[in-house]
Amino acid sequence: MNSLALFPPPPPKGHITLYESNNQLVSGTSYDCYQKQEWDPPSLLFPRETLKPHSRPENTSKAAFLDHCDALWMRSAAAWRDSGLSGLLEEISNSSEVPRWLTVGSRWVLALHRWVASFHTSLFPHLTLSSEDLVAEFSQVLNWSDCAVRAFAWHPHTDKFAVTLLDDSIRIYNSKSSTAPTLKHRVQRNVAAMQWKPLCASALAVACHNCLLVWHVDPTSLSTRPSSGCAQVLSHPGHSPVTSIAWCPNGSLLLSASPVDTAMMVWDVAGENCVPLQRVGGGGVTLLSWAPDGSRVLAATPSSLFRIWETRMWTCEHWPCLKGRCQTGCWSPDGSRLLFTVQGEMVIYALTFSSVPGEPQGQTGGPKAAVIVADLSETTFSTPEGEIRLGGEVQSMAWDPQGERLAVLLKGDPETLDHPPMIAVFKTRTSPIFELLPCGFVQGESGAEPRLMQFHPNFANGALLTVCWSNGRISHVPFYFVSVGRPLPGLRGSPTLPFSQNQVTENGGRLLYTELSS
Amino acid sequence: MLPSAPNHWFVRKVIYWRWAASVAWSLLLLPVCTALFVLLSRVSLLHPIGWISESFGLLCGSYVIFSLVLLFGVLLVVGFFNLEYYTAVPSIPCTKIALLGKVLHPRQCIHMLVHCMLGMLVAWCTAAMIGGRYRTLSCPCAVEEGAAPAACLNELHLFFLLAGGFVGYSYSLLGLLNNVNYISFKIIQRHKYLWFRSSLLAVVRYSAVRALYAVRNFCIFYYFLGYIPRTWICSTLGLLRDSSLHRLDSLAGLLDLPLLYHLWLSCCFLLLTWHVSVLLFRIFVSEAYSFPVQSSFSEDTSQCLPKVISEKEPMILKFLGLQDLAVLAHNSPCRRQEVFSLSQPGGHPHNWNAICTECLALLGELTQRLVLYQEVLSSNGRSWPPSCGSDHKSTSSETSENSGTEELSHTPRVRAGLKTPASSLFRAPVGGAGGTLPFTPDLDSPFSPAVTRRMAPDPSSPWHGSVQSPHLMRRGPKLWTSSAESPPDCVLPESPAAVPSPPAGAQKPSFLSLWFQNRQEQVKGFLAKRVLIMYLFNKLPEASSQALFADSQMHIWALQGLSHLVAASFTEDKFGVVQITLPRILSTMLMLQEAVDRHFKLPHASSKPMRSTCCLEDSTFKMLRFGLRSALKTALYRITGTFGQHLHAVQMSAEHRKRLQLFMDYKE
Repeated sequence: MNSLALFPPPPPKGHITLYESNNQLVSGTSYDCYQKQEWDPPSLLFPRETLKPHSRPENTSKAAFLDHCDALWMRSAAAWRDSGLSGLLEEISNSSEVPRWLTVGSRWVLALHRWVASFHTSLFPHLTLSSEDLVAEFSQVLNWSDCAVRAFAWHPHTDKFAVTLLDDSIRIYNSKSSTAPTLKHRVQRNVAAMQWKPLCASALAVACHNCLLVWHVDPTSLSTRPSSGCAQVLSHPGHSPVTSIAWCPNGSLLLSASPVDTAMMVWDVAGENCVPLQRVGGGGVTLLSWAPDGSRVLAATPSSLFRIWETRMWTCEHWPCLKGRCQTGCWSPDGSRLLFTVQGEMVIYALTFSSVPGEPQGQTGGPKAAVIVADLSETTFSTPEGEIRLGGEVQSMAWDPQGERLAVLLKGDPETLDHPPMIAVFKTRTSPIFELLPCGFVQGESGAEPRLMQFHPNFANGALLTVCWSNGRISHVPFYFVSVGRPLPGLRGSPTLPFSQNQVTENGGRLLYTELSS
Repeated sequence: MLPSAPNHWFVRKVIYWRWAASVAWSLLLLPVCTALFVLLSRVSLLHPIGWISESFGLLCGSYVIFSLVLLFGVLLVVGFFNLEYYTAVPSIPCTKIALLGKVLHPRQCIHMLVHCMLGMLVAWCTAAMIGGRYRTLSCPCAVEEGAAPAACLNELHLFFLLAGGFVGYSYSLLGLLNNVNYISFKIIQRHKYLWFRSSLLAVVRYSAVRALYAVRNFCIFYYFLGYIPRTWICSTLGLLRDSSLHRLDSLAGLLDLPLLYHLWLSCCFLLLTWHVSVLLFRIFVSEAYSFPVQSSFSEDTSQCLPKVISEKEPMILKFLGLQDLAVLAHNSPCRRQEVFSLSQPGGHPHNWNAICTECLALLGELTQRLVLYQEVLSSNGRSWPPSCGSDHKSTSSETSENSGTEELSHTPRVRAGLKTPASSLFRAPVGGAGGTLPFTPDLDSPFSPAVTRRMAPDPSSPWHGSVQSPHLMRRGPKLWTSSAESPPDCVLPESPAAVPSPPAGAQKPSFLSLWFQNRQEQVKGFLAKRVLIMYLFNKLPEASSQALFADSQMHIWALQGLSHLVAASFTEDKFGVVQITLPRILSTMLMLQEAVDRHFKLPHASSKPMRSTCCLEDSTFKMLRFGLRSALKTALYRITGTFGQHLHAVQMSAEHRKRLQLFMDYKE
């Protein structure tokens, strides 16, 4: 089994990881000190201070106005509209105009309602959180509520990405045009995730506070502020906040999930109708991840249970975890292997699915047990500046589209200085046998902590990891290698940085984790 | 009239069985509903034990058993009507008068009449099951001293019966307006039980709400008109009216809470059982069916996929076939292999050819339909002549059950074909053999400026006058380019309709025709000033756009199936059978893309309808054009994304290459 102790030590303080070449991570003192490629994605900086977050979202703007005495029935109607039955009962029990028996009765009903609700929330404690805290808790971004960049999405086919900032505006950067459109919408609050629609040039799905937005951004348009008429609003009662979305890899369906809704929604975006897939248990759905081959979907819940749906007949398989909820998960490019981590445990688990070609009859074809493939418990590295502890729980994972590099964002410990969040990168190989080998740590500018990361979906010369840092910088770390699994494309085959021939193969010949795949 | 072909093998072997299964399930659920109804009808919270024991005692009583038998019969008839009236293509009336015609159609009248009677029957059953004061139509009068005992009318019972008839009638009417008979296909496949379970709650809620409205409307109806049936019944049956009781068509009589509760419960029970049977029927009929791709026995070839999707007759068969095509193209490699395979003696790709030709014909037909619609719109500056278009519609929409699209595509085509020979060119089949494009306005085509110029001064076509010259010539070459690889001489025989020149008589306007024309204009102008006529004949916004795309679910599946098959052929097609047809597929899709793009520039085409929230009022057909647009783009991107740079080697016209390049650059 692989562990962090086998990793090379992180680069010295002040150094920045620039790229990987010849199986080694190269670091330098600034982002400018390495040679540029034909198109380098822009390394952007959004200083935290320039962004103004939304003020605390209030349900109404009532507090700003003078108190006005309405008739009782008007107040009751308003309470019913604003907060439903409990609001109505509260209004009645607090007012002095109604007969005494009604006040007492509504108090009793309210108390009963609260008692039942408390019973419910004791089963699912996350239901007591406010919706903003819910997003922060279940987002894949580390420390979401105080992060300058809240979401990031590469376009699956072109050199284009979208960035959501703290002020809930979305900017789109394109390699082929200099205009960077800014998307703003009235309901675009608390953006938790974004994803571009596959097999489409323009559609971007955004998971918002109480709805889903699907923007249609015309790539040829020169407008820098597309109107809100370009956005479709998809909402379903009780389905908010939306914390995770996933497009079907063939671009036809969109899944959305909310931690307070036990149903996950399957959207037909063009038709604007949805099918709820309801499963009791779990108390909600926090994370969705669609396997790249489209055959299975991982759906994590806030309690210690996750499900794997197969997408032919939409049946699911339960996986009760041992310790905590499933924090993150990622699929291998062929959809046959799922890596996931569990909150409270410092290991990476793997599930291998038998990818039977043909017609699996409504089963996920899953294994019987998960295997531990990597141990990420805390390890102390000695650097010139002193000792540094790395490891611990995992916030998120990303697997590059060729299945050669696995980036793991480690949470660290915010209380202590010598245990910062860090990105650990593994080399992986999925065929003929599954292997995990250490590659190294990715470090940013001094004082900057990684918050969010994603691999470029089709980087020609290896893999390109995009990292959003706590100081508002977005940087791109290329990993140059020749993929074994991929046939060399005829014209642009060789990586730009030359390979040296006398390199040590595979970390001195140590095979760290191997699993014979059946 | 059974689903258009009662003796078709598919209807006999599959649809009937599915219908039978759905009816069986709804019959099985009926006792449960009845038990619940009886339980709720005599609810008394203060004496729970007495309530429950009394209800259970009643459940085994003769009235309930007899009612159950009657209700079984009612449900069978309702199920029969479901089977009889279902359609896979909704009919969308484009004007108010067409809607009126739909409501007054004899077929619909039979539906309403039968449902009215069934409603009364159910109401009688519920009145009998509730018992007490509702049970019989006549009751002994309150005996006054000195008077002989006589039978009086029990107005409550009459009230119930009339309510049942009213609810049955409104069920039928609302079902017509909301297209409840439309079978929509779901976006994902699930097991039938899960579908039923997930939509049951919505159906219960919907029935309860509908029953509430029905009770309200019926009370208003009875308040104003209730005396008519009452007097009639009294006089026919010789019953007296009990003057000691409140009359029910007064406020005091209607404000009887137990009565309203029982009435609501009965309506709810009635609607719930019927809605459940509709729901079950929909779920069973729209379930995916897996057709074999090829068969080794010659007698089974009519049941194979290539044959099935080319059949016109039972529409549902075509829909299920195309759905199966989309599914197999997406996720079953071994069935894809059969599609790509060659025939054993001979080595012809018959399967692929049949499937591909049929899909392309479907897409071409849609392109043609859209182009004609745009021509008609652009030629006279308004939508087509209201009087002419809609009186045709009001008669024809009644006759054909899948009318919406058929007639729309038909009406302008016929007229255009009659009036201008130029438009008749569009009737030539798209995607015919040999990869020829029917729309070829280049030098060698009959669309040459000489032809159009000759036809331009034709005055006998008031609203097609402008079709000919400038529009078509300006737009023609841009929209319809001839494919470079097709030999020019094969265009002419392909479209024989275009060849004959207009009859000589049509060129010289006779005095009679001019006079007739003038009269017609005058009558039209006179009618257009009358408000009611205008109200009835004005087109509903976006309805014509919806009607154009009413059967587009087929096209969406055809696009998905074709594009997945083409994408899979990149790695799986050993014999290269797909390569031969790739230029045709691409050009058909690009032409459709152009036509759809133009359609969405029309007014009302891109406005979105209100979303209805209930599962039974299915309005997915209103959004089909958006679905088609997105499926088309996805299909093109799937092909360009798979083939990438190799597409440069495919022969196609410069115009199409330019459009395709946009897709390859992800700029569309």
